[in-house]
Amino acid sequence: METITSIEQLQDALREHPRVHVTGGGTKPALSDGANLSVAKLSDILEYDPSEFTFTALAGTPLAEIQKRLAEHGQYLPFDPPLVDSGATLGGTVAAGLSGSGRYRYGGLRDFILGVRLVTGTGQLVVGGSKVVKNAAGFDIPKLLVGSLGRLGIIAELTFKVFPEPESYASLLVELPDVEAAVDVMTRLATEPFQLHCLDIETSGRLCLRIGGIREALDPRLARLEQFIEQEGQTLRDDEDRRYWHDANHFRWVAEDHALVKLPIGVDQIAKLEKRLGELSTGVPRRYCVAGHIAWLAWPASLPTDHLDALLLGLGRPALALTGNWPSPILGAPNGQAFAEPLLGVFDPDSKFQLQQ
Amino acid sequence: MASNDILQTLGEIYPEDRVLTRSAELAPYESDGLTAFRAKPFRVVLAESAEEVIETVRACHRFHVPLVARGSGTSLCGGSMPVEGGVMIALNRLNRMLRLDPRQRIAIVEPGMINLSVSQAAAAHGLYYAPDPSSGPVCTIGGNVAFNSGGAHCLKYGMTANHVLGIKAVLPDGQVVEMGGDSLEMVGPDLSGFFCGSEGLFGIALEITLRLLPQPEKFKTVLAAYDTLEKAGDAVSRIVASELLPGALEIMDCLAIEASELAVGAGYPLGAAAALIVELEGPNEEVDAEWPRLEKLIHESGAYELRVAKDEAERALIWKGRKAAFSAAGRLSSDYIVQDGVVPRTRLGEALTRIQKMAKEADLRVANVFHAGDGNLHPLIMYDGRQPGAFDHAENLAGKILRMCVEMGGSITGEHGVGVEKLAYLPDMYAPSDIEFMQQIRAAVDPHEIANRGKMLAASDASSLSMHGPHPLEKQGVIFRE
Repeated sequence: METITSIEQLQDALREHPRVHVTGGGTKPALSDGANLSVAKLSDILEYDPSEFTFTALAGTPLAEIQKRLAEHGQYLPFDPPLVDSGATLGGTVAAGLSGSGRYRYGGLRDFILGVRLVTGTGQLVVGGSKVVKNAAGFDIPKLLVGSLGRLGIIAELTFKVFPEPESYASLLVELPDVEAAVDVMTRLATEPFQLHCLDIETSGRLCLRIGGIREALDPRLARLEQFIEQEGQTLRDDEDRRYWHDANHFRWVAEDHALVKLPIGVDQIAKLEKRLGELSTGVPRRYCVAGHIAWLAWPASLPTDHLDALLLGLGRPALALTGNWPSPILGAPNGQAFAEPLLGVFDPDSKFQLQQ
Repeated sequence: MASNDILQTLGEIYPEDRVLTRSAELAPYESDGLTAFRAKPFRVVLAESAEEVIETVRACHRFHVPLVARGSGTSLCGGSMPVEGGVMIALNRLNRMLRLDPRQRIAIVEPGMINLSVSQAAAAHGLYYAPDPSSGPVCTIGGNVAFNSGGAHCLKYGMTANHVLGIKAVLPDGQVVEMGGDSLEMVGPDLSGFFCGSEGLFGIALEITLRLLPQPEKFKTVLAAYDTLEKAGDAVSRIVASELLPGALEIMDCLAIEASELAVGAGYPLGAAAALIVELEGPNEEVDAEWPRLEKLIHESGAYELRVAKDEAERALIWKGRKAAFSAAGRLSSDYIVQDGVVPRTRLGEALTRIQKMAKEADLRVANVFHAGDGNLHPLIMYDGRQPGAFDHAENLAGKILRMCVEMGGSITGEHGVGVEKLAYLPDMYAPSDIEFMQQIRAAVDPHEIANRGKMLAASDASSLSMHGPHPLEKQGVIFRE
């Protein structure tokens, strides 16, 4: 494993190596296993001006370090990146295209990325986007890199937009009979103006809501939510609230011998997914996040992976494995190949970034 | 020139009455919101189905004929200006909503659907479509996608790309591709995000999946008057440094206020050096709790007058004054150039001072309206188009302002796009190697460079400048400039 400490060194490495597979914090082993280049030392917050709502950091900078700096000024990453305290880096989170439950309020990673410096397969350093919160000039290369899994280039530096963090949060956990019942309440909530920060469903059918804002407004807001749901729930505040969402965003509900899989989905496909999962010989723990737009699955090691392939085929959706052993972390076929192919030819003409297939 | 071949093919795709050929029919398509530039299309076709669009692109690809797609033609950067001798494809008739799904909070629309119509249709479910360019009542979603349009609420809710989840498009080589989908999340590179803002260079969007948001329960919209621009700027700094995140933060200077009052009489504070518009939005309890904090910040910043919208009608009036500001400039000057630069927010005051100084040196009047929350300036440079050389003189100042924005670490465009208008300034923002890289991308996707040739990247030969001035729809008060 070669450790990169500067952008120049990264460019040299790209020119020298016939194949480049990069890793950062190594928190998503299904993506980084077999890597031959580490950018974990390409780490620093280069610019941060709280009054601009922006910061620029090197790709290997741990999210924990960024969060800490932002918190000193009452700001945060609204896309709520997962695995922060496991050591996830900014660049790895972009490449994997990951946002957490809290993305429900203001948007995902794609909505906060502003600028990038990346090194392409030829070793060329390319600048895309800008360092201001609003820019419409040139192709939006930063967005293209979200979820690109290191196939288009190695991200060296990133600029992001940030927001002031709500001064307080509170959550409501409502026990419902099953996922189906919870989905019903969830979709009714989705069109209401409650401005929820999180809207998740656990395997049991427990509905998990989070609101944020001015402290004195939280209680009346919670009361109205309970009234709307027509059921009382367990209220979480302060440390308890923080701990709950921290655990959720670190996938503490996923056991060691299970592989973590992200499955973007449509709300109306959840019933079908539930049915298919129910037919399997082993239970698949899961969590529906962001009002049912993502299903996180904990795939048991004992369950053959072709069951998952069949399931994805039935749903017509691709998925992304973050842990576990898979021939490729991309399960199923993402769409848009006719557009992606010519782009690959420009970013990676010598196919240096091909993942193991 | 394959003019006979393309003519024959167009004749096979379209009935005669949907291929415009006569000079009088083509004239309305010669120009868009950037009226200084004109070109004559070879033919304009009025598409009514996605299949017709696909067939047209394939024909243009086959015969290497330049192709420009057009919605309502409101682009302020010449983005939908035709290419001389090329085909223009009008998409207004592809204006259906294909799916409205409140459970998933999405709408799937055709490219010719009007921006405001999406929110109108979604309102039945308590939802709305957030991007609100001032041309919203007429501009189309297809155009919004191509130019990544903004509006007054970008700081909090982002631009068009942030609200596009999926796109079905025909690429310049005629291949039809689906990107993204109906989920907020995806697997693989964010292709639909990359397609947004590509100014038509990646082809034509045929179906667009939009993210909808619940309509806020309560708004608190305030208009504050200041005797100096610095104080208004200070108010913005204080708000940004607080825990509040308003839905909109806008400033207008005295000349912009004067123009707006002459045009729509929304009750803006005449004589004030600056007017600040701040809008809180959210659940009742949250807005009620935020308001005293905001009021305190505004008072501390030295506002001498504060008007709070008491109801939806008063809120609408405040926004009418703001959104009409630029077309209203026609009341002060027959001709004007609208600019769209971005500076780091903390340097807004410095930028305005420099703009005033440059305007004085050039002996030109400049009104300023800006999205203060995101540092997006819209200087409006007034000139008299009847004077020889006046346009060039004004354009020269516009160029200086854009270069200042880049020099300060900002951008040459926040939301209008590069188009024809800012082609010359893109190299100020990106290194030659970065522009060359974009050219390579473009060439890989569109080897014959048929799709919106001459916009964003290629060199401009559009030198036949006539006069700037209001768009015909702007004169009627139907659309407004951002």
